[in-house]
Amino acid sequence: MGVRLLKTPLDGLHRRLGARMVEFAGYEMPLQYAGIIAEHNACRTGAALFDVSHMGQVEIADARAFERLVPGDITGLKAGRQRYTLLLNEAGGIIDDLMVANLGTRLQAVLNAGRKQVDVAHIQAQGVEVVTHFERALLALQGPKAVTLLPEGAALKFMDAAELTIEGIPCVVTRSGYTGEDGFEIGCPGDAGEHLAEILLARGAVPAGLGARDSLRLEAGLPLYGNDIGETITPVAAGLNFALSKKRLAAADFLGAGPVNAALANGTAEKLVGIRLEGRAPARAHAEIRVGAERVGEVTSGVFSPTLNAPIALGYVRADFATPGTAIDLIVRDKPLPGSVVALPFVPHNYVR
Amino acid sequence: MSQIYFSKDHEWVSVGADGLATIGITDHAQQALGDIVFVELPDAGRNVASGEACAVVESVKAASDVYAPLAGTVAEVNQAIVDEPALVNSGAEGDGWFFKLRLEDPASVSSLMDRAAYDEYLSTLA
Repeated sequence: MGVRLLKTPLDGLHRRLGARMVEFAGYEMPLQYAGIIAEHNACRTGAALFDVSHMGQVEIADARAFERLVPGDITGLKAGRQRYTLLLNEAGGIIDDLMVANLGTRLQAVLNAGRKQVDVAHIQAQGVEVVTHFERALLALQGPKAVTLLPEGAALKFMDAAELTIEGIPCVVTRSGYTGEDGFEIGCPGDAGEHLAEILLARGAVPAGLGARDSLRLEAGLPLYGNDIGETITPVAAGLNFALSKKRLAAADFLGAGPVNAALANGTAEKLVGIRLEGRAPARAHAEIRVGAERVGEVTSGVFSPTLNAPIALGYVRADFATPGTAIDLIVRDKPLPGSVVALPFVPHNYVR
Repeated sequence: MSQIYFSKDHEWVSVGADGLATIGITDHAQQALGDIVFVELPDAGRNVASGEACAVVESVKAASDVYAPLAGTVAEVNQAIVDEPALVNSGAEGDGWFFKLRLEDPASVSSLMDRAAYDEYLSTLA
């Protein structure tokens, strides 16, 4: 073990709360506190608090220059609004998926932990200035009761962004998340992170770890970078067409525009789909997907869904098997588990628009 | 109460008056796994070698093998944990047992650890 793991500004709090810590993207992160199912259910029914400070907060001044790197409408993003977008390479592959907020004077982007260094190098290599704030804390307060615990954010609607003060702490707050529930992501100076977390826990939030974060995002049908999307996968294959601006596609003025337009015109060989299994045994990433004896794809994420009390998965299948209702088998421990392709999300989103 | 033995793979073994060895995973193991959502057990009548993977437990996030701590023939399995996998969390060293083995060699239990030795072993893993 020659690698020294990084700690988030909330490390001490996690340990005081008795978290089980695991390595994730070079950080020591809480996998769970009370247990994944309890934390998962707390988020679906109340309010859960996640430390996502391992994600990279950056600021970009020049929206027009940055826009060349993504297929979303960034110059058209109004002050106080946030958008999900993608950094694409020349082949139309996904370098990262990210949230971009227009804070009026500048853009704020939140990058995946495992990709933030790659992203910054890419953005700079493309001649766009970016200021990193990797020392900042980022908390996700998620669940139907999140707004009750954070009345400071009540005026925001889904995908709004604002600079707010919470009990004296200057924060960047967006009404968004990675669980399918209503909620907020709250960035603040690193040295105020523990204090902010303690405020939200005192207001009644339940601490939740990466385990519940993964089961929640999978139920919500949201892809995880590195599992479900990556540099060789286009947004079209990943089912992320909603992140492709019609105006930008028509102008074809972003990196990877040619291959993305071609994928839209011609379709892709494989598509990301949701999969429900009939039994209780979960299938995990890399499980083979078959129809009869024929290999038609591979699972990229799989989990036991606490909400549905059944296993669910995401995977890529050949496009002719991607229609909801298609019967497929997932190969687990050399045995076929019957399942079917289903529409996403597995669990309906509960956003406040 | 019969003596309980432990393996380095975190299984426990308890030999009853009928000579059958009841096998489960330790409380330490269930805590490490977290919420258990699926259990797959061996078929009765299967011969298993010592150290052979013969059952599977799945938590929300991951799958783990359960190994036969000793050689023998599967005499009985605990259908209750298949129907209600959370029993393994609530009673790992009791109601959450996995299967019973007719041991190839009843004296083979002496190759396992007793409670004190297992606790000592756990302390070396921290």
